[in-house]
Amino acid sequence: MTAPNALTIAQARDALRAGDITAPELTEACLTAIDGAGALNAVVHGTPDIARAQAEAAQTRIRAGMAPDLCGIPLGIKDLFCTRGVASQAGSRILEGFVPEYESTVTRQLLESGAVMLGKLNMDEFAMGSSNETSVYGAAVNPWKVDDRKLTPGGSSGGSAAAVAANLCLGATGTDTGGSIRQPAAFTGTVGIKPTYGRCSRWGIVAFASSLDQAGPMTRDVRDAAIMLRAMSGHDPADSTSADIHVPDFEAALTGDIRGKVIGIPREYRMDGMPQDIEDLWTRGREMLRDAGAEIRDITLPHTKYALPTYYVIAPAEASSNLARYDGVRFGHRATLAAGDGITEMYEKTRAEGFGDEVKRRVMVGTYVLSAGFYDAYYNRARRVRTLIKRDFETVFADGVDAILTPTTPSAAFGLGEMADADPVAMYLNDVFTVTVNLAGLPGISVPAGLDRAGLPLGLQLIGRPWEEAELLSIAHSLERAAQFVAKPTRWW
Amino acid sequence: MSIDEGTARRVASLARIRVEDDAIPALAADFTAILGFVEQLSEVDVDGVEPMTSVTPQRLKRRDDVVTDGGQQAAVLANAPDAREGFFAVPKVVE
Repeated sequence: MTAPNALTIAQARDALRAGDITAPELTEACLTAIDGAGALNAVVHGTPDIARAQAEAAQTRIRAGMAPDLCGIPLGIKDLFCTRGVASQAGSRILEGFVPEYESTVTRQLLESGAVMLGKLNMDEFAMGSSNETSVYGAAVNPWKVDDRKLTPGGSSGGSAAAVAANLCLGATGTDTGGSIRQPAAFTGTVGIKPTYGRCSRWGIVAFASSLDQAGPMTRDVRDAAIMLRAMSGHDPADSTSADIHVPDFEAALTGDIRGKVIGIPREYRMDGMPQDIEDLWTRGREMLRDAGAEIRDITLPHTKYALPTYYVIAPAEASSNLARYDGVRFGHRATLAAGDGITEMYEKTRAEGFGDEVKRRVMVGTYVLSAGFYDAYYNRARRVRTLIKRDFETVFADGVDAILTPTTPSAAFGLGEMADADPVAMYLNDVFTVTVNLAGLPGISVPAGLDRAGLPLGLQLIGRPWEEAELLSIAHSLERAAQFVAKPTRWW
Repeated sequence: MSIDEGTARRVASLARIRVEDDAIPALAADFTAILGFVEQLSEVDVDGVEPMTSVTPQRLKRRDDVVTDGGQQAAVLANAPDAREGFFAVPKVVE
């Protein structure tokens, strides 16, 4: 029998309802797995006491019958979500000691549906990074390993990806501003979906770039993503950008029938120097969807090459504004001041001590592109190009394309420290296939679809129409079944 | 384009982040790399294109103009590095 902590959410739900396992047993199995996985550095604030109490309460609900899908399911929560009474640091020194007095809407919804919180998960500082190396806790480590090197689980939701892949939890929350759910999912052989902008409330999630940020689930398969996404979604009066749109039963939409669906293959995603493994995976993905009855169509998204530069104006601009709140006054770190220091010195020293290098870099780039004289040339121009990027997608969807297939990342997981001397732009290229989706506000999912020659997982990305997560998940489910990705990391930790 | 050290220093000051003098050249080089990368946006024809304000077409919801929250002084101050007598405390601002 599968170890309890290695079950999928759907399997555990069914076993809990059938009485084959209890919620406390399931939670205990995960807590034991976490205790044995310190080397992965995935869980940064464990909450075993809370988890045990929640598991007991969940068991009572399960016994009474009619428990929601997630009742008794142990989850990990990205450190970016504010959780009442539990440290929420966004992977930053500047929020050291911060204990929210409130619960984010997404985690509140998960807890109300009976989910068990095992702890807070590692991430890049303020979700700015693609390797988890900007975290104040040190990098989370990928459970996948093919030689002596320790590999990145990706970022920014690297702790979430590592925890799900290593069976420390059954699912985890992530957030995605430029690829932060999908890239780590691809690097760890897991599934991650970024829903349509506005599907999940952003209230109580530490803000990075508000027009791009979305929460989403990270799970072991597509069915689990469907189950978890439904519980995370819905309108919230506390987030004016959350959409008052019906949330369907995403799991019920997994019909496995994609006959007649039109899958677009964007020619601009074929990049110079793309590794052969990625090229081959993409070809196999096309074949799998065609064999399942979909129509494969070549499409063009002409402004694709401008997506990353657009993102690296808009995201830092919004970050510089959002992160202005970290000033040492209302919460978090305040620098020790010298005699005679005034309030400006307090701000400058606090932010110099509290922010890491990548966060400082982005806040300052954002400050620059918003400053007098450069606002039009950088920020307004980027917002115009963003309109064109979104229009590219609208055009192909209007022509009848149901979803778009691309690789998730331009490479498999790389070694921790390997990018240390590279210029910041080299790291940004990780998001080249994912960032367009955030700029256009679309749903996107990464599905593990194969291994590269070295034996590391690779993901394929499907991009859907706005609000059509149900259809997107159904296509992803078909791809998943065809790919039959069953490889798991061998335990070394 | 190249960002000089004076500009780097000015941006750090605008962002209220102290950067030591010996770190300024590396910072200016990073800015130059990043802004050089985004420079390619200048080749896009954006004539007549509106800057995006909302990625999903939406009209903000309205609600009655009434107080819906409040009376949470203790919770608001709970995480303050320095709070006194119901206020956030900061170094002297006005001489």
